[in-house]
Amino acid sequence: MSDALQSLSRFLPELILMGALALVIVADLVTQRRPLKDSTNLLNGITLAGLIAALVTSWQALGVGEPQSLFASMLADDGLLGVLRPIFVLTSIGVLLLSMRSKELEGVRLGEMLALLLTVTAALMWMAGSVNLVMIYLSLETVSVASYLMVGYLSSDRLSNEASLKYILFGAVSTGAMLFGLSLLYGMTGTLDLYGVRAALAEGTFGPGLLFVVILIAAGIGFKIAAAPFHFWCPDVYTGAPTPVTAFLSVGPKAAGFAILIRFFYLGMAEPAGGGAIAPVGGADWQMLLMILAVITMTLGNVAALLQTNVKRLLAYSSIAHAGTMLMAACVLSVDGVQAIAAYLAIYLFMNLGAFAVVILAHRETGSFEIGSYAGFWKRSPLLTLAMVIFLFSLMGIPPFAGFLAKWYVFAAVISADLGWLAVIGVLNAAVAAFYYIKVLRVMVIDQETGPTPPLALSRLDVGLLVVLVVPNLLGLLFWGSLDRVTEYSQRLLDLG
Amino acid sequence: MIPLEHYLYISAALFSLGVFGVLTRRNAVNVLMSIELIFNSANINLVAFSRFVEGALGGQVFALLVIVIAACEAAVALAIVMSLYRVVKHVNLDDAAELKG
Repeated sequence: MSDALQSLSRFLPELILMGALALVIVADLVTQRRPLKDSTNLLNGITLAGLIAALVTSWQALGVGEPQSLFASMLADDGLLGVLRPIFVLTSIGVLLLSMRSKELEGVRLGEMLALLLTVTAALMWMAGSVNLVMIYLSLETVSVASYLMVGYLSSDRLSNEASLKYILFGAVSTGAMLFGLSLLYGMTGTLDLYGVRAALAEGTFGPGLLFVVILIAAGIGFKIAAAPFHFWCPDVYTGAPTPVTAFLSVGPKAAGFAILIRFFYLGMAEPAGGGAIAPVGGADWQMLLMILAVITMTLGNVAALLQTNVKRLLAYSSIAHAGTMLMAACVLSVDGVQAIAAYLAIYLFMNLGAFAVVILAHRETGSFEIGSYAGFWKRSPLLTLAMVIFLFSLMGIPPFAGFLAKWYVFAAVISADLGWLAVIGVLNAAVAAFYYIKVLRVMVIDQETGPTPPLALSRLDVGLLVVLVVPNLLGLLFWGSLDRVTEYSQRLLDLG
Repeated sequence: MIPLEHYLYISAALFSLGVFGVLTRRNAVNVLMSIELIFNSANINLVAFSRFVEGALGGQVFALLVIVIAACEAAVALAIVMSLYRVVKHVNLDDAAELKG
């Protein structure tokens, strides 16, 4: 009992989100009969207030106090959770602001969507903190089930429904395979606690059976981070879902998936080997497995993106490729890899949400997600084009922008771990990626529109949103010091160097 | 007493049947039923291990949670199938292929 009470004091952001969730549900019921605009404004206000309060508390909790396990070793409140919490909340705030400007969600009652958004945000935090097999599965399913509903939110839209059905069928099979793997792991080790799993695995060699179990579990994690060959849902779901939801899926669940990946492999399947390095236990070569996944994911994502004509699909494949890049960092087997992933996620949040913000604002005017419809944008709205240039250059990893910093962290970690060949494949992939990002920019800047070209109208909120998203990308090098300091906390994992 | 291996054979068979069903069935509801088989194969594992491994009661709790989650997931999945049916008037997965590329 005292353990639960003590844990609650380190559980403040999640509690705030739960409180906001209850308020949103009640407010949605109470304003059921009021005009849509009033009701939407009230609900957006409550959600935004809750998210901002969660952001402030999670920021204050960052780096304060020693890592500690919560709720009878179900969750760990350590550096990794500390760094990821603000990332999750910032994603949700960004998505909330985008959903206010999205044409697809105009005239739709958003009460349930906002309730789902708050649920997922809290569940992402549980995911990032879980150190128990039950908690891993439970939090992953909470995120998944809520995301299925968010994807299918436009219930009269055929694409939204189809995307949602594909998502839930693929998701249920992947998490089912993962669950089967978890149950076998439980049988091998006799415990559900990740540290217990590690201790049991360290005592013996399990060989191919353990590798089979690890592959099954990797299916569930790979589904969440959209790593090939578990990525098939990704392009369809990203295209069919309302665009703000797509933006959310491409950042939030991916970040939490990487947290689970780090916890499962670095805490459960390996033991500290001194100096921040770790050594796999149990005789399953999961480092090789992750390297294979990283190479396939990067290459497939980048090559498939070359062929796309729909910008949402293109960004889906680009997000698969980015997952591959982060997977490279997970192969490093030391805390450097953890920091590289945390830094990458922090920057990826701004560049990817930025790109989706431009897509949503462009859709307001053109009503299309085809890349071809962006022709002549440089004349129609220089500001929007300039913002897209910055986001895409950042995604490409061109030096003055923050994306370069993200790639630098990953490659530095990979090279320092003597995985030069992996870094070479990564660099080649970055070169391929430049092609399709530049293809979009070429259409926007050089191609001429055939029809009339009215200037695009951007409201003040739009311009403010773009500026807020552009600044971290533009001045990444200025924030380097603070980014390094903040993401350094992510290395302070419970019981790992 | 039935030895542990027998439970594992059953669960492996259920898991394989589930995966086979997911890969071959074209009706969304049939696929959902196959997915239930996968979940329940894991449940059999969990409860069997919990019975045969000394001092490991966690598996039974896990199995209870899995039942709850499987129910939630089935509810959401059926709601989505219904919603799709209302728009396209069928639940055949081969024809739900507007999104591709």
